[in-house]
Amino acid sequence: MDNFAKQRTLLIIFISVALIYIARLFYIQVIDDSYVFYAQNNVLQEQTIYPARGLIYDRDGELLVYNDAIYDLSVTPDQVKNLDTLSFCKVLNISKEEFLATFARLKRQKGYSPWKPIVFQRQITIPTYAAFQEKLFDFQGFFVEVRTDRKYKHSNAAHVMGYIGEVTDRDIEKSDGYYRMGDFIGISGVEKVYEKELGGIKGTRYVLVDSKNRTQGRYKNGEFDTAATAGKNIHLSINQKLQALGEDLLIGKIGSVVAIEPKTGEVLALVSSPTYDPNLLVGRERGNKYMELLKDPTKPLFNRPISAPYPPGSIFKIIMSLMGQQEKVLNPSTTYGCHHGYLFVGCHPHGSPLQLRGAIAISCNAYFCQVYRSVINNPKYKHVEDAYNEFYKHAYSFGMGHALGIDLYGEGQGILKKTSYFDKLYGRYRWQALTTISMGIGQGELGITPLQMANATAAVANRGYYITPHIVKKINNHANPNAEYNTKHWTTIDTAYFPIVIEGMQDVVEHGTAYVARIPGIVVCGKTGTAQNPHGKDHSIFFAFAPKDNPKIAIAVVVENAGFGATWAAPIASLMMEQYLTGKHDTRKALLERMLKDNRKPLNDSTTAKTK
Amino acid sequence: MTVQQPKPSRIDWITLLLYYILVIVGLMCIYASVYKETNPNIWDGTQNYGKQLVWIGISSFLGLMILLIDEKFFYAFAYPIFGITIVLLVLVLVAGTTVKGSSSWIEIGNFRIQPAEFAKFGTALALAKFLSGYNVNFEKDRKIQVISAGIIILPMIIILFQNETGSTLVFTSFILVLFREGLPGWILFSGFMLVILAILALLIPPLYIMIGLVVLAIVFLLVVRRTSLLIGLTVGVLLLSCVMVSSINYVFENVMQAHQRTRINVLLGKQVDIKGAGYNVQQSKIAIGSGSFWGKGFLQGTQNKFRFVPEQSTDFIFCTIGEEYGFLGSFIFVFLYVFLLYRLLMMAERQRQKFNRVYGYSVVCILFFHFVINVGMTLGLMPVIGIPLPFISYGGSALLSFTILLFIFIRLDANRVNELRGAFD
Repeated sequence: MDNFAKQRTLLIIFISVALIYIARLFYIQVIDDSYVFYAQNNVLQEQTIYPARGLIYDRDGELLVYNDAIYDLSVTPDQVKNLDTLSFCKVLNISKEEFLATFARLKRQKGYSPWKPIVFQRQITIPTYAAFQEKLFDFQGFFVEVRTDRKYKHSNAAHVMGYIGEVTDRDIEKSDGYYRMGDFIGISGVEKVYEKELGGIKGTRYVLVDSKNRTQGRYKNGEFDTAATAGKNIHLSINQKLQALGEDLLIGKIGSVVAIEPKTGEVLALVSSPTYDPNLLVGRERGNKYMELLKDPTKPLFNRPISAPYPPGSIFKIIMSLMGQQEKVLNPSTTYGCHHGYLFVGCHPHGSPLQLRGAIAISCNAYFCQVYRSVINNPKYKHVEDAYNEFYKHAYSFGMGHALGIDLYGEGQGILKKTSYFDKLYGRYRWQALTTISMGIGQGELGITPLQMANATAAVANRGYYITPHIVKKINNHANPNAEYNTKHWTTIDTAYFPIVIEGMQDVVEHGTAYVARIPGIVVCGKTGTAQNPHGKDHSIFFAFAPKDNPKIAIAVVVENAGFGATWAAPIASLMMEQYLTGKHDTRKALLERMLKDNRKPLNDSTTAKTK
Repeated sequence: MTVQQPKPSRIDWITLLLYYILVIVGLMCIYASVYKETNPNIWDGTQNYGKQLVWIGISSFLGLMILLIDEKFFYAFAYPIFGITIVLLVLVLVAGTTVKGSSSWIEIGNFRIQPAEFAKFGTALALAKFLSGYNVNFEKDRKIQVISAGIIILPMIIILFQNETGSTLVFTSFILVLFREGLPGWILFSGFMLVILAILALLIPPLYIMIGLVVLAIVFLLVVRRTSLLIGLTVGVLLLSCVMVSSINYVFENVMQAHQRTRINVLLGKQVDIKGAGYNVQQSKIAIGSGSFWGKGFLQGTQNKFRFVPEQSTDFIFCTIGEEYGFLGSFIFVFLYVFLLYRLLMMAERQRQKFNRVYGYSVVCILFFHFVINVGMTLGLMPVIGIPLPFISYGGSALLSFTILLFIFIRLDANRVNELRGAFD
């Protein structure tokens, strides 16, 4: 190709491009007149269609959370023209200074653009909305957006459901622009964990708006519109009646109740007391109410059942019984005597000596100190450390010392120390069973959350396994897809070792320490606990499951600084199990009265002190 | 021999006139696109048009300076200028300011400059100097070809790191320069075919394309007289194409960023996303389309005035022309622009010095590339790549660098007569 031809080639390219462009211009400017129409209707406005947030039901289909319409006043700053500020402020009932301040604030906001709609005032009242709607044409550039906020049918289960609020800058950034200023997002509880499912997908509608901000029609017949996808409905595993009863029983007390269906790991009730009414964290006052709750010294926002660790006290003896058998240092006929205790660990007066079943029934401290000693000082292992590692492994397999993975934020790990902790404290090979003897009766370096207690009970009820406890049973009527919530986690204890311990737990309720927890016609297995704590009166603890065969409910109750396990925790658990199993809780009027009547405000709050 | 100052008559007045017409049109469009009834003062230095006016002044002054400088200066200092622009590019990576996602700016007081703009004429100078050296035969010498490619690719890589895809792509226009200097036509042609193949690869599942290519190859071999060389060549091309088609999809899915994918999908009509990339193009098309034949008149364009068109004073400036001056105005504008390109092409070809010629072609090709992409983008024919329309778009760095680019060539061209006697000695 000679140089002339090359130059000619380039020239041909230039001219062809020019011709193509001119043809294109001719087409869109002269032939196709639809663009003129769109331009006359002046503005292509992008409107967001907010999907309805998914509803939340309890396990039996009782509606717990639904949506309620609210009205936001928005503005497209660039379209504001000839605004009669005075009448505008009058309608909104604000001063001119506030008006100017709001505008100044909007301008400083991230992502502010004069031709993008932005919320001017949130959640205006319905009378204001009505007054505004009348004068809308006078206020060019302003319009009202309808959105929904949450409403709660019952005032229960606040900690489970959580609440929603406006997105933060970080949420917006993380979502890659999906969320926009003023959108709602789940902030805690199920609302947060299942934000993706509940939130749905926003849709967009493109409409043509004339210069007076009146909608003229759809752009290209809605060709570009996307429909909003409604959020999925969620069924919690919570039983609303059981939850409500639990919250009533704990009024005036500080404590927790966790009830689990052992076969499925579904949480039937998750009570944290003191609690709050979820309807407080709704609407315009959300922020203020939240601050009030935050400042409340009884910490109603703190989700005790999943985060607060307590010394398990005597209920840990059940784990010790299983461990001892598994390690072959204990069998049902092993006998230990008790002379009002073991070394410095005291014990209450009772018949002696005892076998395993009897020891569980009357909760003998000396017996289980012996069991602990034989587990830790087991000659099978060369060092105490190795034996303790086994102890750790067994306890861990019941869900202690780690977060179980419930579908809620803020789950605590509890306290279960590794060998290295004692090595550091006492020196390597310089400690043994007697050094840590109080752990045998659930004191000392042990802490478990009520959720972990209930989970351990479920593992006993199932004779050897648990399923990770979870709150959400169904999403859009399909089972919770998380595989964890359908997997059996086997403990390190053989199934064969459970029956004798369960017999003992039955004795506890039938003629042992928790006689008060008997339910007529139902075989209940349980164990009381009275946990000493350095912050005040003992914690009252009880865990149980029922019925004995084919258990339907496993429950753990902790009432802080309330004394014996049999005094408060056992009756509460008993009433709740009765409610769940029979649908009634008022057959034992006197007991119910006694539980409900006690509305004393606790003197000190050990949990808050501990969890700081 | 004494150095002769170029006589004024030798400056190409037509080019200079076209330059000023375009710059004034640009200023009017910028004024129209940021115009507000409340603030009609064109001298307002806080507004884009006020600033642009200042930049036009600075550019004119610099242009005059360039016309007064001895033309040998550009030849002698081609490499140092190239070096400085490269250093600036690297500096941006270290100390740059991020504006709209691309970290390609250096901030000096109130002004920001974008070294990527200046790298264009730096590269053009370096390439011209390199190719005009003694015993340099681009057509035959493989080493020369590799070095030439290196001169072009080096700034591209650095600019790519600044996240400035648009400016990076501008450098591909140098292929046309190399074509003039002896790059075989079939490379240009295969490049063109590659682009077509790439677009097809994104539209149709790769498997179908491969089947189509195989069928095409078989038909081809059945028709022509089969020699072993031709069969081998066909099979080779076929294999290469298949590899490319499958790798395009890989690059598209795994290397490109999400917003780039969206832009391309929107352009290809695979995705209707009128929110992001599509929204801009829709608005741009409405603005241009609503101009009709006669246009709405100066300052009468509602689409631009109400700011439905994004980036209207920079990347989407052509919308203002389309809306306010209609088809007639757009036609004249396209004509003027292509006439400038034609004029520059003629000037480049008439150079007797290889240095001047290579530089001239570089100028033409860079301007052409900007024009094609920018106007095509507003018409929905090209992907949305943020590069300015030379001389029209608002932006100091851009105007200044295009002015320098163009005026150096005017200066070189002005000396053409003097060169009759034997060039730079």
